[in-house]
Amino acid sequence: MTISQEHYLPESVVAIFPDQYSREYWDRIARGELAFQRCAQCKTFRHPPGPMCPKCSSFEAEWHTVEGKGTIYSWEIVTLALNDALADYVPYNVVLVEFPDAPGVRLVTNCIDASKEQLSVGMPVEVIYQKYSKATLPRVRKA
Amino acid sequence: MTIKDIGAIVGVGHTDFYKRGQSGDQTELELMLKATMVALDDSGLTPQDIDGFSFYASGFDAGLLATALGIKELRYSTIMSGGGGGSQGTIANAVAAIQAGYAEVILCTKALKSGGDTGRRIGRMGAEPRTGRVGAGAADWDFYHNFGLTSPGQSFALMARQHMHKFGTTSEQFGAVAVSTRFHASRNPNAIHQMPITIEDHQNSRMIADPLHLLDYCLETDGGTAVIVTSAERAKDLKAKPVYVGGAAMGGPGPFGQGIFYLQMPDDIFHWSGHKPVADRVYAMAGVGPQDIDVAEMYDHFTPLVIMQLEEYGFCKPGEGGAFVEDGGLRFDTGRLPVNTHGGNLSEVYLLGLTHTIEAVRQLRGTASSQVKDAEVALVTSGPGILPTSAIILHN
Repeated sequence: MTISQEHYLPESVVAIFPDQYSREYWDRIARGELAFQRCAQCKTFRHPPGPMCPKCSSFEAEWHTVEGKGTIYSWEIVTLALNDALADYVPYNVVLVEFPDAPGVRLVTNCIDASKEQLSVGMPVEVIYQKYSKATLPRVRKA
Repeated sequence: MTIKDIGAIVGVGHTDFYKRGQSGDQTELELMLKATMVALDDSGLTPQDIDGFSFYASGFDAGLLATALGIKELRYSTIMSGGGGGSQGTIANAVAAIQAGYAEVILCTKALKSGGDTGRRIGRMGAEPRTGRVGAGAADWDFYHNFGLTSPGQSFALMARQHMHKFGTTSEQFGAVAVSTRFHASRNPNAIHQMPITIEDHQNSRMIADPLHLLDYCLETDGGTAVIVTSAERAKDLKAKPVYVGGAAMGGPGPFGQGIFYLQMPDDIFHWSGHKPVADRVYAMAGVGPQDIDVAEMYDHFTPLVIMQLEEYGFCKPGEGGAFVEDGGLRFDTGRLPVNTHGGNLSEVYLLGLTHTIEAVRQLRGTASSQVKDAEVALVTSGPGILPTSAIILHN
């Protein structure tokens, strides 16, 4: 997977504070791999990562890598920046993406190359990775 | 056993309403005390009669309030979890405590300085720079904040988009909620925004988080609110005409979870406000249905959430909320259902929920600024979007 130095949103807003459940997610992202946590017993996905399977109550978890091709479930265009650091970046979009190989998971991210007119529910996208000094973030582009 | 008709609201009160930051050096405690004294005066009770507190939205320091009010003995204090979703749960908890014999006169209160005492602005929740872990689930913010999803409005915009996609709901229909609500506010001398608006005004208002315009958003305001609850028995001898709590419910579908700060809800409830099971239970306890509701005061921090609640409370079918609100559908005089007859969070004031309770009480007493003729049964709902939410049905 490509890891790019180009940024959709500024360096100054990016910060991650992984905990014992999410650390593996971010470590894999840093390597250019999108993987979601799922139950080792019943294989139900959960996101964001957490301690227990809400379906079968197992505490055993594993990581499942997805191909990174998905579709937009919902989207918006943020036109008022609520964080000073984002003031020069509006309008920007926020999209919710679903992946066929991780049912039940929605990723909050941004589509780096779609205008308001192009964005739609059901639109196919693929994951790319943007490297910042403090973290690498998964984003999507039109597929 | 339920709490049906066990308790009654016997006093309501609020302070002046202020735009954010304009309440001067009054603290939340001061606003709370002022509202409480108005509510007590309304009921004919005194601070010494209060023996219980019921809070929500992070609550308040019970000891501080007890000493400041000068009450004799505190016998009960409870906090409903969740944000504005707890507002009507305070009434439910108060009646339950009365039924349990814990206390007899319970003060439900909330004051808010939006950005005041604490410096935190509700509308920017999540926008502050983060410095590390605060508690369980704090790492979840990594999944939103880094992508510029930094406020409740931005999260609700994603839910609103799904409603539009699934049902063809339009921005103009969101606007219709704002227009009806403002019409009511224009008749309410307490309301912060009293200038009537049109659908065109809504469409021309600046976009904040597309599909949501400025006029889809509630206000950011300061003020205090108070509601006095006692037993139906004791209520008979008090100054005000009692308004009985016919039913109450709280909660929501488990998978709805943190709702706006989660966004993983199953597809069949993603476009919900999280109220459906609460709606079913509050109707069942009160023994009424949507057809019996004369007036509904519905928590309106964002216009699409009113449309979703209308569907979940059965005033129309799922997906038909947009059509329901069109053409003044929510107006007190000519609408399909009078909703937010005081101007709601969108136009009167946004103090996280008890203003809706206060307006319902006024409607049932026959003293509202936009009075629904012969109103006998009122529905009051709490902040939708996270768990738990809550609702009550009041009657006279």
